[in-house]
Amino acid sequence: MQRDLPVIKVDGVMELDHAVVEGVDISGHWNRMFLERSITEYPTEAMDWITSLAGGESMRDCYQCGKCVPVCPVNHVGDYGPRKLNVKVLRGNDLIDDPDLWLCTTCGNCYRVCPKEVNPLRIMPAIREQAVLQGKIPDELSDVFRNLQKSGNPMGESPRKRIDWVAEAGVDVPIISQLGRPVDVLWYVSDYTSYHPRGKDAARAMARVMTALGVDFAILGPEERSDGDSARLAGESGLFELLAEQNIKAFQKYEFKRLVVMDPHAYNAFRNQYPALGWEGDVLHYTQFLAPLIGQVEFRSSVELDVTYHDPCYLGRNNGEYDAPRTLLEAIPGIRLAEMPHTKANGYCCGGGGGGMWLDGFVADHVSERLSERRVREAVDTVGRDGPGVLSVACPYEPSRFEDAVKSTGNDGKLVVRDIIELIDQAMQPAPA
Amino acid sequence: MDYVVLLKQVPDLAEELEIDDSGLDLAREWMSFVASEWDEYALEEALQLKEAGGGTVTCLALGVEAGDVDELLATCLARGADRVVKVGSYERQPDSHTAAAAFASALDGVAHDLVLTGVQAIDDLDGQVGPLLATRRGMPHVSVVTHIAIGGAGTTVTVHQEYAGGVVGEFEVDLPAVLGVQTSRVTPRYAPVSRVRQLMKTATIETVDGGADGQAGSGLVMEAMAVPESGGSAEMIVGNPAAIAERIATILAERGIGQGVGR
Repeated sequence: MQRDLPVIKVDGVMELDHAVVEGVDISGHWNRMFLERSITEYPTEAMDWITSLAGGESMRDCYQCGKCVPVCPVNHVGDYGPRKLNVKVLRGNDLIDDPDLWLCTTCGNCYRVCPKEVNPLRIMPAIREQAVLQGKIPDELSDVFRNLQKSGNPMGESPRKRIDWVAEAGVDVPIISQLGRPVDVLWYVSDYTSYHPRGKDAARAMARVMTALGVDFAILGPEERSDGDSARLAGESGLFELLAEQNIKAFQKYEFKRLVVMDPHAYNAFRNQYPALGWEGDVLHYTQFLAPLIGQVEFRSSVELDVTYHDPCYLGRNNGEYDAPRTLLEAIPGIRLAEMPHTKANGYCCGGGGGGMWLDGFVADHVSERLSERRVREAVDTVGRDGPGVLSVACPYEPSRFEDAVKSTGNDGKLVVRDIIELIDQAMQPAPA
Repeated sequence: MDYVVLLKQVPDLAEELEIDDSGLDLAREWMSFVASEWDEYALEEALQLKEAGGGTVTCLALGVEAGDVDELLATCLARGADRVVKVGSYERQPDSHTAAAAFASALDGVAHDLVLTGVQAIDDLDGQVGPLLATRRGMPHVSVVTHIAIGGAGTTVTVHQEYAGGVVGEFEVDLPAVLGVQTSRVTPRYAPVSRVRQLMKTATIETVDGGADGQAGSGLVMEAMAVPESGGSAEMIVGNPAAIAERIATILAERGIGQGVGR
């Protein structure tokens, strides 16, 4: 890979000592012209190798226009951008040993604006997979991969504890293996919703809302495994396939009409990746499932909140759903919805996607602040200036990310983070006396 | 230099352990298994030594039905072992005497300059496989070692033992030898699942029997197994997070810990 060649060989330089054009003296170095340049001596091995990987092909299509750089969320907080990555590869860097390999969150905003359809959502996992196979993987990420392999969730918790949240839901949450009959909705609860203390709040709210609506639903319980999508995007395709096989086996055991998921990453996996592995079905994000039903919800109180909404990359930009979450928010009595400057297709990534959720320490060494912190500042500017506002979310990665960011940016008291389902649940309760 | 690593699986503590109706054993219905942490250190050390100075790494594990020994050994190959061998056939993990007898017999067919194993394992805290194996094979043995280095002539190995009070002992041991490994110089490497899965389909896992003395037995009998009762001297802090934090702060203040820090 190492070749001692000039990237650009300059064969001659023309520079006028003294130049006057239309009476204006333009003498100086900046009237210099290169007579001839050889630009054929780039080392091509790195580009050839990356474009030979399944998924890496489009790297070569970049023509360096740079539209991707200002929309890249990581570029806002560091010296990183898709075009810069491309230049590194052109100069012979195969990225395997470069920290940049792990900074992309696969948010997809560069792909949205790229005139050449260069697609890091496919390129980055392809190169990362090679790094993983060579054992060149940040320790904190490999710890999570081990947990996913061993226990089917990123925390390494027992599969049996996946249903611990049910005890405090206040409603019956049937487990499909115990129900022994077909259901309308198989509810895929997902990892952070099942295990994380703040995620569980959303799970309980969802259970109450579905029960109030009379939805015929059940969960997989201990049979549920991580959807694996973030492991796939972080380069562990074998682990993704292992988890997908376990979930598909469970899906195929039971009869249900629709799969409703809490996590946009699971939505992306089930909708776009699982069909190639042998499972295809009707998949809905919970906001999509509830949007047509929201008129039937009996609200008992008005919440009186200034709310903004963070579009999750894998619900919004990468799967095109912007309306369902807003339909729900607008239906909740007392919510005044305000949009942040980065919204919908141009939504700003929380930093958790593509493995970013599990690379916080690694990424911190290469950025000036977390993406979640930058996003929280934007939310505070939008709804937190006159009394506390609400940053509403629809992805289980986000409550913990944004709540930490509210604290670390010193915005405690100005912003609270709520899943949309928590706000619906809140407005369904009688107003506190 | 031919390195041999002895490994086993132990119950995964992600599951809360329960005692079965007999009161003598763990309930196994929900039990899942993982590689013993110390054995993973032993393997990592062997791989590091091989990468630094050349040689081969062979991994041995007993053919225990509980858990998944084939996956354990395929993972060893995925990490860089050259050869894996399943020794004997057992319904569940046997005692250290039986294990050492089986491994001692298996070494007849495996070239070995240095045998590494985890110094102990969480399931029995016995730590005897290394010493018993060394005794049976007439090899020197050191336990609880770190900083393993092969001597310049390739006929000795030096190791460290860390004692209380910050004192370190250095040993030079003639090869072949057996070591009980305390920790590895780096975190044990990650074995990519795609490679493990491929190896599960394609790799050769050799099998040998446990030898004539394969049921040596330790003579120990489990009398009872119980969950420790909580004593009275510990204070369990309960309540909401704010109350818990307040109590912790009070305790730290009472003991004069962290005075003058923060706030």
